[in-house]
Amino acid sequence: MSDLTLNTPAAASPEAVSRSAPLSQVGLLGWARANLFSGWLNTAVTLVLAYLLIRWIVGFAEWGIVNAIWSVPDNQTQACRDLKGTGACWAVIAEKHRFILFGTYPFEEHWRPALCVLLFIGLYVVSAMRRFWRPVLGLIWAVVLTLIGVLMWGGVAGLSYVPQERWGGLVITLILATFGLAFAFPLAILVALGRRSKLPAIKALCVLYVELIRGVPLISLLFMASVMFPLFLPEGMNIDKLLRAQIAIILFAGAYLAEVVRGGLQALPKGQYEAADALGLSYWQKTGFIILPQALRMVIPPLVNTFIGFFKDTSLVLIIGIFDLLTAGKTAIIEPAWQGFGIEVYITVGAIYFVFCFAMSKYSQNLEAELNRHRRR
Amino acid sequence: MSETLEQIASAARTDAPPAILLDKVNKWFGALHVLRDVSLNVALGERLVVCGPSGSGKSTMIRCINRLETHQEGRIVVNGIELSDDVKALDDIRREVGMVFQSFNLFPHLTILENCTLAPIWVRRMPKAQAEELAMEYLTRVRIPEQAKKYPGQLSGGQQQRVAIARALCMKPKIMLFDEPTSALDPEMIKEVLDTMVSLAEDGMTMICVTHEMGFARQVADRVVFMDRGEIVEMGTPAQMFESPQTERLKLFLSQILRGH
Repeated sequence: MSDLTLNTPAAASPEAVSRSAPLSQVGLLGWARANLFSGWLNTAVTLVLAYLLIRWIVGFAEWGIVNAIWSVPDNQTQACRDLKGTGACWAVIAEKHRFILFGTYPFEEHWRPALCVLLFIGLYVVSAMRRFWRPVLGLIWAVVLTLIGVLMWGGVAGLSYVPQERWGGLVITLILATFGLAFAFPLAILVALGRRSKLPAIKALCVLYVELIRGVPLISLLFMASVMFPLFLPEGMNIDKLLRAQIAIILFAGAYLAEVVRGGLQALPKGQYEAADALGLSYWQKTGFIILPQALRMVIPPLVNTFIGFFKDTSLVLIIGIFDLLTAGKTAIIEPAWQGFGIEVYITVGAIYFVFCFAMSKYSQNLEAELNRHRRR
Repeated sequence: MSETLEQIASAARTDAPPAILLDKVNKWFGALHVLRDVSLNVALGERLVVCGPSGSGKSTMIRCINRLETHQEGRIVVNGIELSDDVKALDDIRREVGMVFQSFNLFPHLTILENCTLAPIWVRRMPKAQAEELAMEYLTRVRIPEQAKKYPGQLSGGQQQRVAIARALCMKPKIMLFDEPTSALDPEMIKEVLDTMVSLAEDGMTMICVTHEMGFARQVADRVVFMDRGEIVEMGTPAQMFESPQTERLKLFLSQILRGH
């Protein structure tokens, strides 16, 4: 009985029915209280960082937007120079963006590399969609890459011929990165498998390849490709400089990716190999259906890490005089009228790199979650 | 009486052509001599249980039969084909020999149904629809047809092991090897797996089963093989082995096993 009387007031009180948690515990306020102001030290750090952050943002907005000059009449950059660093001169971008994007490609033909860039982006989007992960995707790649080659070189279908020396800018970066990774990845898988092969010759060859290529800097490989390699060719024979750089990048990326893939192969429990063997699957059936699907899923994070690294490493081709995005940006500000506006150009070039790399990173996170769904209960 | 009948039955079976023949098989892991002159004859339709303390070489022996391990001396003949470095012969053997592992080894990225149909489709070249029908038949037999669309990670250990049995059966093997199939299972799941194995044995499947489940051995085994330190120490019907063990080593092993239960 006494229990009952004790319980009555609570039961009768209207607040006892489900009500929301106190305002100070939920939502933005609750989050801020728990994460930013949980103690005097945290509060102090929060305030100092907030002050610095606001100052920096305000400073950047003043420089980049409020005080900025967006265009100047025909190369009269005096107005920009008068700002003396208090404002950005985005006029350099307005003036030079075609050069940064397309390099020395003939001006009136710029629609061709522009279309190529769009084709590349379209190719990435299509490849990213899982419903296209069928043999037809290989065909799409072959067709699109051929189309890009035709557009860039020309010489057929009424397009004027443009020698490779005149290509440049963003399209070069995309060509080097896309062809590079598209060829390096399958190569890497074969090398990783070869390194675990029971056949001593294949294994030795793969180990030699990986260790040799990994042991030298990319720059020296590019140098060899551009300077030394032609010396070994017979008189009169010449392989396109871009192609040589491309092969150097493929070989280099292949060695790094092979080690990433090998990591995945090693992480797979031995029982998976044994179960596939016991069922009588052949080596390639086992590898294609059981081993690689699991091993590659496991290494998506380091794989994408390497992809992103190589996307940016393509900028090293500047050393052998190929005009990629970064080199084109650098060259754009050589002209005396535009000297000294490096920050604006580098911010823009950096932003372009960032868009591609961030997209890769975001996509890989989604892919990882999606492909590893079977692990969740 | 029933014992003599059993002996007659097993004697009759040994007249049939041998499904598996091991002749003075030796194997070393580095310097460790893990199989010593192992000779064994398994008739078609015979149910053999292999027991022995851990490290006695019993798992190694059955893994040699489908060449997950290679032996260094002696002969192993399976289904009339001698094991060698010949890849073609090995494929022929593995096609006819199913194996169930202690740790299930299902393919985690494939559904239960895909686990069961993969090998029939690609190794047996069976049309997909037919392979799926067959898989559902065996999944029904191990009493989990309703799990076909799930992934292995969503099933309990006992269910996974029953899928592993169904997966092996989908290849319609002539011989089944079981490598401690219940050792990784929780006690309450052991029975469901053993029941499946018993029903398989009753259908006349040739089975070699490495297990510590002595109840299972009594119930279905035609012969029990006791191994210790890489050699076959004693061999006989379950009744002979459990009621009148001849060697000290088997007596010691049985007393330890029974104390454990």
